[in-house]
Amino acid sequence: MNRRLSLFNVTSLVLGFAFLYLPILLLVVFSFNASRLVTVWGGFSTQWYVALFRNEPLMEAAWVTLRIAFLSAILATVLGTLAALALTRYGRFPGRTLFTGMVYAPMVMPEVITGLSLLLFFVAIGLDRGFWTITLAHTTLTMCFVTVVVQARLMTFDRSLEEAAMDLGAPPLRTFFSVTLPLIAPSIVAGFLLAFTLSMDDLVIASFNAGPGATTLPIKIYSQVRLGLSPEVNAASAILIGIVAVGVATATLLSKRSALRTQRNAH
Amino acid sequence: MIARPFPKRLASALVPAVPYLWLILLFLVPFLIVLKISLSDPAVAQPPYKPVFDWNDVLGFLSQLDLENFETLVGDDLYLRATLSSVRIAAISTALLLLVGFPIAYAMARAPARHRPLLVALVILPFWTSFLIRIYAWVAILKPEGFLTQALMALGIISEPLSILNTETAVYIGIVYAYLPFMVLPLYATLEKMDDTLIEAALDLGCPPWRAFWAITVPLAMPGVVAGSLLCFIPAVGEFVIPDLLGGSETLMIGRQLWSEFFSNRDWPLASAVAILLLIILVVPIVIYRDVEARRLETRP
Repeated sequence: MNRRLSLFNVTSLVLGFAFLYLPILLLVVFSFNASRLVTVWGGFSTQWYVALFRNEPLMEAAWVTLRIAFLSAILATVLGTLAALALTRYGRFPGRTLFTGMVYAPMVMPEVITGLSLLLFFVAIGLDRGFWTITLAHTTLTMCFVTVVVQARLMTFDRSLEEAAMDLGAPPLRTFFSVTLPLIAPSIVAGFLLAFTLSMDDLVIASFNAGPGATTLPIKIYSQVRLGLSPEVNAASAILIGIVAVGVATATLLSKRSALRTQRNAH
Repeated sequence: MIARPFPKRLASALVPAVPYLWLILLFLVPFLIVLKISLSDPAVAQPPYKPVFDWNDVLGFLSQLDLENFETLVGDDLYLRATLSSVRIAAISTALLLLVGFPIAYAMARAPARHRPLLVALVILPFWTSFLIRIYAWVAILKPEGFLTQALMALGIISEPLSILNTETAVYIGIVYAYLPFMVLPLYATLEKMDDTLIEAALDLGCPPWRAFWAITVPLAMPGVVAGSLLCFIPAVGEFVIPDLLGGSETLMIGRQLWSEFFSNRDWPLASAVAILLLIILVVPIVIYRDVEARRLETRP
């Protein structure tokens, strides 16, 4: 469809994007508020950022969150890529229906169920709640998202390239590493970033599986929010939004560049 | 195909086997444990439930299972009300999401092709920022002396502060806001592929625009409508964060109930029974969703 947008179309887009972005914008602007009252502007100040960096429990939680996100995203990327390969390259292997069910279910399953069931599992096998239980729980949830992202890419790319490599005598493993992997690399990176953000963001599953030794940033933010609005939480949120914005911009540029390179090679 | 030597066959079998085993161990087995604990009795101990499973005494194990927790769920109308209210809130939110999401997706699909990737990125971007933070942002907007009241009072539309926070309306706003990308993207994906000449043909034949929309656009967009609705409805039924932060104490939702049984009352068996109840409500939509998704991915060109 390539006709001109009607006034109704333009209005829908403007209102839609205003609805999506205004709350985030207000939050970031008011993180620079001098007043302790979060909704009343009292002049520009960076004092809440300073207070935030002096808040040691919060910094500690942030560090734990980053480590969990990184580790679980790496595990999820490996497992998710394997699962995507299994779904696209292995045809009808035994138990495939159960497998697809287990890949799609965690993505829509209410988090309270996933969180509770994993916790009961860890208690049953006698694993102490803390860093590792959150990491394993996050890996299980996020690997499914990686699977879908990588699977979508494996579905669309030109299989004849793989066949050509095999015909020329490349063993399957070599074909995978020198043909398939470079072609699906952007989707693997996207899957990793998605897994990383989902882990960093998760409150519910982490709450069920957190122990005395390991509290994550969303758990800390949640307990502060329950007590009321706090300018420090605004500052922490603004930093997280900044990290995401930079990350997404980088990923977009990377995929643009790789798309350009593919186009150039095709010409 | 030439029979490959054994070690290579083994390596190739590992590709599906590793994620398969992982999901069985960390997704399927935990479920069975939830089911088991939902059938056992609470105890003041650590962990706070009586272990019912004993490998040496299978008969004793079977005789100890009871439906007491489920009797509690059926007997106490709190859970029935929470279930009904969760389904109602999720259904109304999904309808609102369709109303809000369709015009946006439609406009995106009609935009010039060179602008579309940017529009898609703009819809996805908020999804990458923290869910908790996005809900938190609405607390500041909806509270009585918050931004919405300030703005409407400055415009002279209202003279009294609005009290939307801690009501069901706030929960609807929160769900629509947080889930909008999940509705817009599947809708956009189907609308974008639609053949525009169909509409043109209908209009040329004298069909009024609104009828062309109902008779052509809507049926063709149906796969997107189904996928988007399920993607929003299923997690919304079990939502915890939104009703907890934006809803009032009277906003009953089953996810919130499960949370309080677990964290406040420390009744793990009852919490497990609530989880099973929630799963029973959602099993049909989840199975439909899985089929829709699997078909969508497998029939792609």
